[in-house]
Amino acid sequence: MAILLNRSTRVIVQGFTGKIGSFHADDMKRYGTKLVGGVTPGKGGQTHLGLPVFNTVKGAVRETRAEASIVFVPPPFAADSIMEAADAGIKLCVCITDGIPSQDMMQVKRYMRRYRFEDRMRLVGPNCAGVITPGQALMGIMPGSIYLPGRVGIVGRSGTLGYEAASQMKALGIGVSTSVGIGGDPINGSSFKDILQLFERDEDTDAVVMIGEIGGPQEAEAAIWARDNMRKPLIAYIAGLSAPKGRRMGHAGAIISAFGESAQEKVEILKEAGVIIVPTPASFGEVVADTLARTKKAA
Amino acid sequence: MDIHEYQAKELLARHGVHVPRGGLAYSPEQATYRAREIGGSKWVLKAQVHSGARGKAGGIKLCSNDEEISNAAEAMLGRKLVTHQTGPRGKLISRLYLEEAVDIAQELYLGFVLDRKEERVMIVASAAGGMEIEDISEKKPDSIIRATVDPGVGMQGFQAREIAFGLGLESNLIGKATETILGCYQVFRDYDASMLEINPLVVTRDGSLVALDAKMSFDENALFRRPEISELRDKSQEDPRETFASDRGLSYVGLDGNIGCIINGAGLAMATMDMIKIAGGEPANFLDIGGGASPERVAKSFRAVLGDKNVETILVNIFAGINRCDWVAEGVIKAIREVGVDVPLVVRLSGTKVEEGRKILADSGEKVIVADTLAEAAEKAVAAWREAAKNKKAA
Repeated sequence: MAILLNRSTRVIVQGFTGKIGSFHADDMKRYGTKLVGGVTPGKGGQTHLGLPVFNTVKGAVRETRAEASIVFVPPPFAADSIMEAADAGIKLCVCITDGIPSQDMMQVKRYMRRYRFEDRMRLVGPNCAGVITPGQALMGIMPGSIYLPGRVGIVGRSGTLGYEAASQMKALGIGVSTSVGIGGDPINGSSFKDILQLFERDEDTDAVVMIGEIGGPQEAEAAIWARDNMRKPLIAYIAGLSAPKGRRMGHAGAIISAFGESAQEKVEILKEAGVIIVPTPASFGEVVADTLARTKKAA
Repeated sequence: MDIHEYQAKELLARHGVHVPRGGLAYSPEQATYRAREIGGSKWVLKAQVHSGARGKAGGIKLCSNDEEISNAAEAMLGRKLVTHQTGPRGKLISRLYLEEAVDIAQELYLGFVLDRKEERVMIVASAAGGMEIEDISEKKPDSIIRATVDPGVGMQGFQAREIAFGLGLESNLIGKATETILGCYQVFRDYDASMLEINPLVVTRDGSLVALDAKMSFDENALFRRPEISELRDKSQEDPRETFASDRGLSYVGLDGNIGCIINGAGLAMATMDMIKIAGGEPANFLDIGGGASPERVAKSFRAVLGDKNVETILVNIFAGINRCDWVAEGVIKAIREVGVDVPLVVRLSGTKVEEGRKILADSGEKVIVADTLAEAAEKAVAAWREAAKNKKAA
């Protein structure tokens, strides 16, 4: 079933009636996502886009049996909304909101630990493009048309760079099982490693493309995990070769502040772990095609 | 967002951290007046710029009379201080801070950062103060003490005590050190800081513990709820190109190359800059135009990029996801006509309605070099820049 999301996943939208929430809810619905309602405190009982609106996530879960939630709530209130979803028994929460304070995210991660691991909500994002299982369902803001359904997983921090990779693959007839944007913030819900673990177990995924960038320890952590545990080919690109130390490149997390955080250093760490490197952002398609061809030959 | 040393010290002093007596000065006269206020017979005059390593660059001066203070102030004010942290352009000195000189017995390091691995606030301390933390971790890694704070309950007294004892302080200083460390954490948490560094934290000969320097940065995503911190912003310490862009809601970082970049999405922006470098060019900036790429934002971006006089070619790379390439193309043409672009312009569009978008660019009659792929865009931009540079030389 690919990972995280398929055509039968029951999804609600938090921040449903706002401009951005409405726009993307409509888009997701048209793509085929099983949208079952939304939450906007104070607007419970109304109907929006032909779907019921609830005051609380608990109310929405009770009435719609929603399992997943996508958050478009503005930054000052987004952390609260994520915790509300976790408490209501939502299994997957995708937070699109950009601009959540780091301390709020620390609180969110701490709060989620109150649930046993098996019961704990999986958070993707914030500040991400979301999740898409091409041909089935979309929980995010990516343009559905650039993804061909297929058997390569994509996980990346950046939205548009992920689109670039997917469209290069599409041009060569290579499809995607699921694409996951984990977001550009310093503290995020799911790490590269978390998503790689899911892809490794997924029967519908043959290889994985990881799109990292400067800053933070997650790419290196993923590389070590992949070296020791992953049998599927892992292909990676790291953005920010030309980024100077100490300057924040757009994403709150894209800043080189410690050893091992520059693009060059990360590429070295990945190479040593046996990860296949995409040398330039123009060669995603080629490298994935080569890798698939070689894997097929070997099998 | 960074603040000045004197501003950080003011915040810390309100939370029980001892700092030397001092005062702010905008002129040599004010500086000597401050010396009278502070009293004593030795003072340190410190340039207030957003950078470390000020001492080596001539931004810190020990003075023992009015004449020395006045001369040092005269020499510093209005000058640009260049350190390895400011880059070659340097940072303007327009404020000075005069402090009583402190008799130092021992220098310590105390820092607070966001640890991305633990996803918590981390305290880093070392008895080898005075050097930069990179040097400490390289030369005296064993001297570093670390602790992380559970955000559910905040920093506990025992953690501060462990650090204080770990630093090898005399028992009569443990109480003061604990108070200092807890005070720093309180400031870090209450004001949404992203970095707090006291280097050095000194033990004086008369047995007190004093923050001799203080550096702080704040989480820009949290400024909406910290108006008292937003007020401390000093635009004179920022790259004017970046101030122009950030005032217009654009995410821009100035660099030293000649190829200006206008791109949507931070990751794609970094990747495009990398591609320019691989093709043999140097990017002049990072610029993430954001999701919408509306005609207004495109026009603002052109203004921001052209504000940099080093820009000799512009590369626009937009992946139209939610919006459409034909709309983006119209925006680009509108912006060219409105802003007036007098350098070669390479545009690469991809995503929804790309054919229509390219047609609009081609039919516009404007001199736009159209590229289909990322590689082609970078190569064409570098070629156009080389050509422009050659013509400039010839002329």
